Amino acid sequence: MRMIHDLVSQSLEMLLVLLLAPLLTGFVRKVKARLLQPYRDLIRLMRKDVVLADNASWLFRVIPYIIFAGTWVAASLVPTFGSGLLFSWSADLIAIIALLGSARFFLALAGMDVGTAFGGIGSSREVMIASLAEPAILITVFAVAMIAGSTQLSTIAEFMGSSAVGLRVSLGMALVALTIVAIAENGRIPVDNPATHLELTMVHEAMVLEYSGRHLALIDLSSQLKLLLYLSMIACIFMPWGAAAPEARIDAFAVGAVTYVAKLTACGLALAVFETSIAKMRVFRIPEFLGAALMLALLATLLRFVSGSL
Amino acid sequence: MIVLALVCVAVLLALSPAAIALAAQPRGSAIVYGASLALNLALCTIALIDLLDPTRPIFSLVLPIGLPWLGAHFRIDALSAFFIAVVNFGGAAASLFAIGYGRHEEEPARVLPFYPAYLAAMNIVVLADDAFTFLVAWEFMSLASWALVVSHHRDVENVRAGYVYLLMASFGTLALLLAFGVLAGSGGHYDFTAIRATPLTPLLSGAVLVLALLGAGSKAGLVPLHAWLPLAHPAAPSHVSGLMSGVMTKVAVYGFVRIVFDLLGPPEWWWSMVVLAIGGPSATLGVLYALMQRDIKRVLAYSTIENIGIIFVGLGLALAFKAEGMAWVAALAFTAALLHVLNHAAFKSLLFFGAGCVLNATGERDMERLGGLIHRMPLTAGAMLIGCVAISALPPFNGFVSEWLTFQAILLSPQLPSWGLKLIIPAVGGLLALAAALAAACFVKLYGISFLGRARNAAASKAAEVDAVSLVTLFALAAFCLVAGLLPGLFIDALAPVAKVMVGNSMPQQAGLQWLTIVPIAESRSSYNGLLLFAFVLLSGSIASIAIHRLASDRFRRAPAWDCGFPDPSPAIQYTASSFSQPIRRVFGSTIFAAREISEMPPPGSPVPARFVLDIHDPIWEALYAPIGKVIGFVTERANVLQFLTIRRYLTLVFVALIVLLVVLAL
Repeated sequence: MRMIHDLVSQSLEMLLVLLLAPLLTGFVRKVKARLLQPYRDLIRLMRKDVVLADNASWLFRVIPYIIFAGTWVAASLVPTFGSGLLFSWSADLIAIIALLGSARFFLALAGMDVGTAFGGIGSSREVMIASLAEPAILITVFAVAMIAGSTQLSTIAEFMGSSAVGLRVSLGMALVALTIVAIAENGRIPVDNPATHLELTMVHEAMVLEYSGRHLALIDLSSQLKLLLYLSMIACIFMPWGAAAPEARIDAFAVGAVTYVAKLTACGLALAVFETSIAKMRVFRIPEFLGAALMLALLATLLRFVSGSL
Repeated sequence: MIVLALVCVAVLLALSPAAIALAAQPRGSAIVYGASLALNLALCTIALIDLLDPTRPIFSLVLPIGLPWLGAHFRIDALSAFFIAVVNFGGAAASLFAIGYGRHEEEPARVLPFYPAYLAAMNIVVLADDAFTFLVAWEFMSLASWALVVSHHRDVENVRAGYVYLLMASFGTLALLLAFGVLAGSGGHYDFTAIRATPLTPLLSGAVLVLALLGAGSKAGLVPLHAWLPLAHPAAPSHVSGLMSGVMTKVAVYGFVRIVFDLLGPPEWWWSMVVLAIGGPSATLGVLYALMQRDIKRVLAYSTIENIGIIFVGLGLALAFKAEGMAWVAALAFTAALLHVLNHAAFKSLLFFGAGCVLNATGERDMERLGGLIHRMPLTAGAMLIGCVAISALPPFNGFVSEWLTFQAILLSPQLPSWGLKLIIPAVGGLLALAAALAAACFVKLYGISFLGRARNAAASKAAEVDAVSLVTLFALAAFCLVAGLLPGLFIDALAPVAKVMVGNSMPQQAGLQWLTIVPIAESRSSYNGLLLFAFVLLSGSIASIAIHRLASDRFRRAPAWDCGFPDPSPAIQYTASSFSQPIRRVFGSTIFAAREISEMPPPGSPVPARFVLDIHDPIWEALYAPIGKVIGFVTERANVLQFLTIRRYLTLVFVALIVLLVVLAL
């Protein structure tokens, strides 16, 4: 009896160590990659000295601030937990996208300033991706704006929250197109890999290779802001539930804030799952990927022209 | 008013022969350009006073010159006032720039006499109020600019450019001549007032539309009539290139608007289809061509085709809405097109002048031999940067505003009833969005390759900053691009009378809106405030900069470039213009330009060098121009026999010709 007991416990032990070993490694990794690690990275980078390449020009030093300011302003104009932003009328959706376009224009220039091969490769690929992603998102905006009758993001959000919107094929297409563009614009897998260095397929990282210290911190922060902007935009157009109305009471804002965090968590989770389940594409497959978004967006717009209810 | 304007134009014309004498003088070019500048400013002021005065009467005048029974009619209404303002704004900028730039001209006698004549001709086209004066001035404008294109005639390329230009210009004038012929009818009323009063049948007015599109479109550079433009515009001296691209194409737009919106009467819905179907592809193809170039001035010339495409898309939308009786949206599209006319005149002049500065400082137009100019010419580089951002339609500069307004008009077009338009307008919207994105890529390339990075040859590494007058011009234009982007409401309001006359309504007044916002339709629909946006960006950028420098770190040190640990001192390691556009060439060019890359790698150990060949075709040249050229060549070759006949045969020929003519007359 004792013998059997020992045998069972021994076999349990064998199983346990086998099952537990990967979990322990996973736990250690998880603890290392803390949720708040990006904050620490930013602060650390800010404190470091900047190492400038010998022939970097004044433009190279100004660009991080331009990119950061442009992205920050654009991100602040997208409604998050409430739709009544004080200055939402100063820029509509087209202007927000164009503002991001300005930031990208300067980032691509920064890649070429020092005159290295890596910077050039990054900039050249970035403008190729942008030349397809930007029309795709603009046409998506056309489709959404024609359904909502406005290009003001807060008006669109209110319209999408109302019952007038109904179930439309074109909105589904617009959502898929916008998601593809968001993946491409933020340099996520399968278009670009934000975690690599020294790889010939990289785009964003190649452009910012010569940046260091506070400049790099600002550029990193801008790309984080851009991801947040895109997710907020998708949330506020396609998941308008719970957002506080312009003159709502404080509890409505609390509800809005909680649902906003929940939406971001859901989108972030979906992005993580998507990224882990797909491999990086070759650079020249990206046009096909983005071409699909372009076609979907165009089809959505065309549907709106053909029929008011689709 | 009109007398004053005509006096200014007459003085400009008189300056032309005077310049022949002055060209020999050491200070001659400064005098000619200075006088042109003063006259341009005077004309611009006259036009602005005219445009901004809401109570002004329409001025007209008949001079007893030209055809004896017709005289020369002149008239300033809101449309011509706006275009006179644009022509002389661009003209003044070019003249000011040329005061500095013209000093480097080796043979001023080849440029100076034609320059004021060219300016005067463009003004007369816009002032003309009868078909005869219009056409004579139009042809005069073409010839004067042709003389300027071939001013550096020792370059074989320039002579070829001049030849192609002359052919296309004659073709354009011929089309316009026929258009006015149809407009005048059998009665032969050549003054515009009479033409306006005689309605045409739908078939005839359709013919006039097509002829106007051919005539004015070939001068403006619409695809597929653009072939001469990227050859001729860069061949001229840079201040004239700026005038040709920034201003003369706008005179062509004026010709189109005058004929189609004014003289031709109420539009039919299908007219807009034709205009849109040409405008949209022009925009996209123009910028794709631009992306394939490595000559800095040729990139700018192709980009003009893109911008003209955007303007014609705006005009096409305006026609569509006008035909369907939606005058308030037509006013929006029309205002967007005219605003882009002004904006493009400003930034294209700026960019061509900047290219001229680079050409003077380095002797190079080929981007692949430049690089690093931001270190050697920091002020030129600063102004050019603003021009590049503005032309890429990025906020807060002016190019964005006009494209934004065009997009707003497109968003209202589902309300149009006709099915053809419902299908074509989303496609045109897509083409416009594509063109905007590609334009940004194109100007990243232009600026990044020529101004950033490291110098690729000795001339670029020894370049020196240009003279003060040129720089003042560049910065004045750059400032205009910024102001027009921050305060677009002022310009929209100034365009209201033009839209009122041409499409029957105007955009809502923008002056009283809070914070100088622009609201094209209704506040709930769309609004844009460049000033506020700019202030926000400026503020958040400064806050970030101050906070980081105070709280974190403000130190930096210089070190060799990192480049992943493998920096190479040779500047040849950098991306070039053609390698920069390789990904885009691969995406779009393989179908449109049949672009192929052939790389020959010898096997290891072989001493044969590796080779890379880029094979690229211009589809429009090969499909349209080359066959026509071949046919003409063949026919002239055959007809050449006629020059070497014996006297007997000549006499027979004359006799046969006479008989044939008599028979024709008898029938």
